[in-house]
Amino acid sequence: MGTGKYKNMKECAKAIKLSGADIVTVAVRRVNITDKKKPLLMDYIDPKKITYLPNTAGCFNSFEALRTLRLAREIGGWKLVKLEVLGDKKNLFPEMIETLKSTEVLAKEGFKVMVYCNDDPLMAKRLENSGACAIMPLAAPIGSGLGILNKVNIKIIRSQTKLPLIIDAGLGQASDATIAMELGCDGVLVNTAIAKAKKPFDMALAFKHAVIAGRQSYLSGRIEKNLMGNASSPKKGII
Amino acid sequence: MKKIKKIEIKLNGKNKLINENYKIQTLLNDLNIPIKKVAIELNQEIVDKKKLNKIKLKKNDKIEIVHFIGGG
Repeated sequence: MGTGKYKNMKECAKAIKLSGADIVTVAVRRVNITDKKKPLLMDYIDPKKITYLPNTAGCFNSFEALRTLRLAREIGGWKLVKLEVLGDKKNLFPEMIETLKSTEVLAKEGFKVMVYCNDDPLMAKRLENSGACAIMPLAAPIGSGLGILNKVNIKIIRSQTKLPLIIDAGLGQASDATIAMELGCDGVLVNTAIAKAKKPFDMALAFKHAVIAGRQSYLSGRIEKNLMGNASSPKKGII
Repeated sequence: MKKIKKIEIKLNGKNKLINENYKIQTLLNDLNIPIKKVAIELNQEIVDKKKLNKIKLKKNDKIEIVHFIGGG
């Protein structure tokens, strides 16, 4: 789960707990020197109890992203990081050339890099070959709530990789998470859909159930799709 | 009494006057910064936390102190 956009730290911590999330993304920013009483994230969400995933949100080139993640590693010794290099301030789509370059550098430096990317199977393959430890294609633009726009591509990416596949960005409601899991994804990363829901706690719980339902559905093996009807009751014994 | 010379540095993007020969550790103590929860960069180079008490700040040094906040 993402930890941004909540009313306050307390609300964020409660929503995370209700969602059952294993990992939370966090941003690296300047310490507020003038207002020392500002609450610290670590005081509300204990990094010993939940995995912190430092993210490069807000970085628009490789230089900024690498600088941010090297600092993140210094804060807590985390090697597991999320790389997100944006290319456009309006649609927030990933800048994939810079992302690919950064993935290579970070993997060589010993980072375990989970990579935010577009839903392009060819690019996903190149990221895997460059040392990514997880592929995180977008469902739709960050914060858009549009849900998964290209299910076919997500299915293709699933079929070609054994790496963890996590849908990152663009989910709007719990059923979007179910669809992601039914496509064979290993998880979803959600922020705005929960933080900005009218009832964030209820939505966090809804996402938890949606992920479980989607995963169970995927593992259960769905029926074939048929054009025509197929009656559920036997014909024998009809009066 | 000898007057202490002041120098100007840039701290998190803002100008700050400090005493000459100030160490990074002293600055962090003054600001009440929890060292375990931050990372420090001096002129775009990450500072080894073990050396905070050895590095003296110079005029026009750029120091960045960062931590984790909520984010997507």
